[in-house]
Amino acid sequence: MVHEAGSSDEMRERFDAWVAAENKVEPQDWMPEGYRKTLVRQISQHAHSEIIGMQPEGNWITRAPSLRRKAILLAKVQDEAGHGLYLYSAAETLNVSRDQMEADLMSGKAKYSSIFNYPTLTWADVGAIGWLVDGAAIVNQIPLCRCSYGPYARAMIRVCKEESFHQRQGFELMMALSQGTAEQKAMAQDALNRWWWPAVQMFGPPDNDSPHSAQNMAWKIKRFSNDDLRQKFIDMTVKQAQALDLEIPDPDLKYNEETGHWEIGEIDWDEFWAVVKGHGPASRQRMANKRNAHADGAWVREAAVAFAQKERARAQKAAA
Amino acid sequence: MSDIATDNGGWPLFEVFIRSKQGLSHVHAGSLHAADAKMAIENARDVYTRRNEGTSIWVVPSEAISASAPEDKGALFDPADSKIYRHPTFYTVPDDVECL
Repeated sequence: MVHEAGSSDEMRERFDAWVAAENKVEPQDWMPEGYRKTLVRQISQHAHSEIIGMQPEGNWITRAPSLRRKAILLAKVQDEAGHGLYLYSAAETLNVSRDQMEADLMSGKAKYSSIFNYPTLTWADVGAIGWLVDGAAIVNQIPLCRCSYGPYARAMIRVCKEESFHQRQGFELMMALSQGTAEQKAMAQDALNRWWWPAVQMFGPPDNDSPHSAQNMAWKIKRFSNDDLRQKFIDMTVKQAQALDLEIPDPDLKYNEETGHWEIGEIDWDEFWAVVKGHGPASRQRMANKRNAHADGAWVREAAVAFAQKERARAQKAAA
Repeated sequence: MSDIATDNGGWPLFEVFIRSKQGLSHVHAGSLHAADAKMAIENARDVYTRRNEGTSIWVVPSEAISASAPEDKGALFDPADSKIYRHPTFYTVPDDVECL
């Protein structure tokens, strides 16, 4: 590990060598300010995504078509809350407070994954989110289990273990619909049509438009480029769509015999950047819900503090 | 010690330790905020044991933990490197003598 000794250039050099040799960095170790800032941004953004990500699916809990599906969806949304909490804890080890992160989310200063700014219009969207959004998230997150920052890597191992059920339940839901009535199959196809491109965009801008990628790869925060991860997701998902007998909404989709990869048509990056900047179809609603939930919960937080203090005073009096 | 929430600050941080099975020791699982220790246990149950990970939970106010400093790593742990005679493999004994 690297501790404080010598000039900042020397420390920086030792840090780079330490990380390049696949060693982990722990909270008390010296780290360059850029490394810390990048991690705070990435981990808190990831945590916010888990928290906001409860909304699109939570939208369907009361309307799940069976008790089985309702129990599954409840468990999944509860997992997302848990994942948000693991990640907030990991970010807090970098000297940023939970209150600050929450404030940054609610002021709009901090971002979350733009995928959660799309609405869930039908029950099939719950399946499409599990299959595509969680599927993409897993492709993104598995390499993060080997991230150089210890607390983030450990949180990701937990998240990945739990997330695989999310993807499978989504695929199973889509399969039930695609093997059902003509209306049900059309509903599944419609959900795929609406979620495919936003899911493909989840991997972020193309490599030639991703300015921090090289540094993040050198610091072993990131292990694969956005485009490599996106390709992995496409290859795996095209085959799954075939198994579902659903059609990927891309007339340019074709298999390249030479490379062994599926190639897709052009991604609409204007849409991506518009959604990132807060102009997604459900952006305002998501933020309003978060702010309202925080404000509505204020009395609960205050009551919990008052109760904890009262209990403490009572215990001290009894002991005296 | 701030193991209880105050009016002006946020909820204190607790470290969570889980015993996965009777007979094994409690192992650090992560951390969380709570108004007091009782709430920390209740929240730890929801956050860290949703899949039968535990049979018992400890919570400790993070502030109560004292840790060795990273820069002391060498002074504390390097001396053990040269004491290889503390390991059974250091000793040469005949192969045909049993129970050694």
